[in-house]
Amino acid sequence: MARVVVDVMPKPEILDPQGQAVARALPRLGFTGVTEVRQGKHFELDVDDTVDDETLAKIAEGFLANPVIEQWTIRRVDA
Amino acid sequence: MSARIGVITFPGTLDDGDAARAVRYADAEAVPLWHADADLRGVDGVVVPGGFSYGDYLRAGVIARFAPVMTSVIDAARKGMPVLGICNGFQILCEAGLLPGAMIRNVGLHFVCRDQWLRVDDNTTAWTSRYDKGAEILIPVKNNDGCYMADKSTLDMLEAEGRVVFRYVDGNPNGSRNDIAGVRSENGRIVGLMPHPEHAIDALTGPSDDGLGLFLSAVDAFAKA
Repeated sequence: MARVVVDVMPKPEILDPQGQAVARALPRLGFTGVTEVRQGKHFELDVDDTVDDETLAKIAEGFLANPVIEQWTIRRVDA
Repeated sequence: MSARIGVITFPGTLDDGDAARAVRYADAEAVPLWHADADLRGVDGVVVPGGFSYGDYLRAGVIARFAPVMTSVIDAARKGMPVLGICNGFQILCEAGLLPGAMIRNVGLHFVCRDQWLRVDDNTTAWTSRYDKGAEILIPVKNNDGCYMADKSTLDMLEAEGRVVFRYVDGNPNGSRNDIAGVRSENGRIVGLMPHPEHAIDALTGPSDDGLGLFLSAVDAFAKA
């Protein structure tokens, strides 16, 4: 068994209205100095030994992320 | 024999009833299609209606795109069957790779629900032949993730090939790139749009009957086929 983390983020050139809203709210809460916020998704997958890197790449590219608007990273971590 | 147009129901679909009604208003037979059933029941075309299929979990439209019925729709669409995606249906067709681009959260983060003016920029598709090019139509828009996005090369390609079918006029409700409300496939058989023509087919129940033209256009296309 292994823990796999997939992080999905909007591409830098793609507008992120949710991240912008968070960034705009911070000064109103008294937090200054945060110049930009981008909001994405974080997935934790527990996989058995039959799931190879190629399969993980297909899961990320074909399902967890939409390559039109998002980029992603895949990493194995200690569960 | 009247044309047969399939209307898909996924878990969370909301507008299959109105879409079927719009099909009947166009004197075609509305054929219910079930998400778990790959059989298209011999239909001439398919409407993928709006709603929140699978609760919009993960991303709007992504889970519906893998439903058994969509496998058959994608096959048939690639062979030239006319397909119309409305709102969540448009999102599903984009996720399926049948139409370019993707939808993100509306700029301003509000769920927008209002009657919206659109301009018909392409009347050469299977779903828009009844309109004059440049005609302005009033139909409802109602969504949370309606902001049309694509990279610059895709937008340039859509504009150069005249594949923007509907464009928002009198105010862009959601930040869509180039005011795009709807696009078409290269062959003009597949059209997707965020606003809801099926809610504007009778002045008694909608802001106009401007939306009926999409369904009448499809019936014309089947008659020619």
